Amino acid sequence: MLVPKHEILSKEEAEELLKILGVRKEQLPKIKADDPIAKEIGAKPGDIVKITRKSLTAGESVFYRLVV
Amino acid sequence: MKKVDYDSIINEYPFPPSVKEEIKAELEKNNVNKTNAKKIVERCYQAYLANLMEPGEAAGIVAAQSIGEPGTQMTMRTFHYAGVAEINVTLGLPRLIEILDVRKNPSTPMMTIRLLPEYAQDREKAREVANRIEATYVRDVADIEVDIRRLTIVVRPDTRALERKGLSAEDLKNKISKALKTEVGEADDGSFVIQITEPSYKALMNAFEKLKDTVIMGIKEIKRVIIRKEDDEYVLYTEGSNLKKMMKVKGVDFTRTTTNNIYEIYEVLGIEAARNAIIKEALDTLEEQGLEVDPRHIMLVADVMTADGELRQIGRHGVAGEKQSILARAAFEMTVNNLLEAAVKGEVDYLKGITENIIVGQPIKLGTGDVELVLKLGGRK
Repeated sequence: MLVPKHEILSKEEAEELLKILGVRKEQLPKIKADDPIAKEIGAKPGDIVKITRKSLTAGESVFYRLVV
Repeated sequence: MKKVDYDSIINEYPFPPSVKEEIKAELEKNNVNKTNAKKIVERCYQAYLANLMEPGEAAGIVAAQSIGEPGTQMTMRTFHYAGVAEINVTLGLPRLIEILDVRKNPSTPMMTIRLLPEYAQDREKAREVANRIEATYVRDVADIEVDIRRLTIVVRPDTRALERKGLSAEDLKNKISKALKTEVGEADDGSFVIQITEPSYKALMNAFEKLKDTVIMGIKEIKRVIIRKEDDEYVLYTEGSNLKKMMKVKGVDFTRTTTNNIYEIYEVLGIEAARNAIIKEALDTLEEQGLEVDPRHIMLVADVMTADGELRQIGRHGVAGEKQSILARAAFEMTVNNLLEAAVKGEVDYLKGITENIIVGQPIKLGTGDVELVLKLGGRK
């Protein structure tokens, strides 16, 4: 109920995302590698995790976090 | 008139899902034809663009003011009996402060436990789960007496209380001997006798105190459980909280079980769940006080608190204390300490933020101040 959907982005997806956003990886919000959900999906440091949140205002919104 | 495919028209524009649905519902209600629908959606898109946040807008300041102003109207009174049964919960300003400070142990932890379908319908079965989680102490199911002359502790089990908890005298005996790490003898009348090996009054009293606080069943943190019928299912409310242990309890539907201890959610369910919990708890607290704050402001606060992958409080040990500008930190709290420490470390202030530029009397980089004009030399022919 509280945890939104987390997915790991592939390398190509990650590169394209950074290009669209025009930021470096380090400028993204972070998620810890020992975060329970990051562990669950097997994310490693350096990966970018795509989070599809249920939003109160937009219905659904997408958020990205860098695994550190 | 044949049905118009509104979806394909709306999907041409990058609206968020909730806006799409709203437009579609409105179009369907008025049964608009295709050409009009296109015009309407186009106009909606223009309105949508006009309402987007502009680059350089002071979103944080607006959020701070939008939460701060209603906050002044909140009651300072800490305790209150909320709608949920007889469980006491912190409300109002103290609770809001607790949320923003990320207290590891909130003053009134509380859980809402929903049960799996086979347990949720039946009051007896719900009671069974409640028994499994509610902390039961030795003193709840037995009388404890100390015999100073013989240096023994006598435990007289209360059979009715044991039965209600679904325990046998044997269970009680095993738990006691495990907790005290000693042999437990049995007297003729069914009571248990614990002989203290070390012949001192202090050892006897220590063992007695330990025995009183020994949990023989349930989860230590859960002090009380209340069963309430909500719609068509039984829901358990608890005083005290332990999300991790609750995961393993039989009959608990873990996906629908929550606690008001945000730090616990962060530890068990991760940073994103903690963000959702912050938003929910803060909005609930404000709403309970009859204050209406746009969720967007709270969402911004929650995003800042969780941006580093760990929970950071709003305050000098968190967001405000980690600002890179010395002047901004000094302007917030502990001015002298901050300045002294920065001087010792030889820190440099690059005057990039708002606070420090106001202090030195420069225009701030916000709104129109965020834009700079660059003259391209030799561009004219």
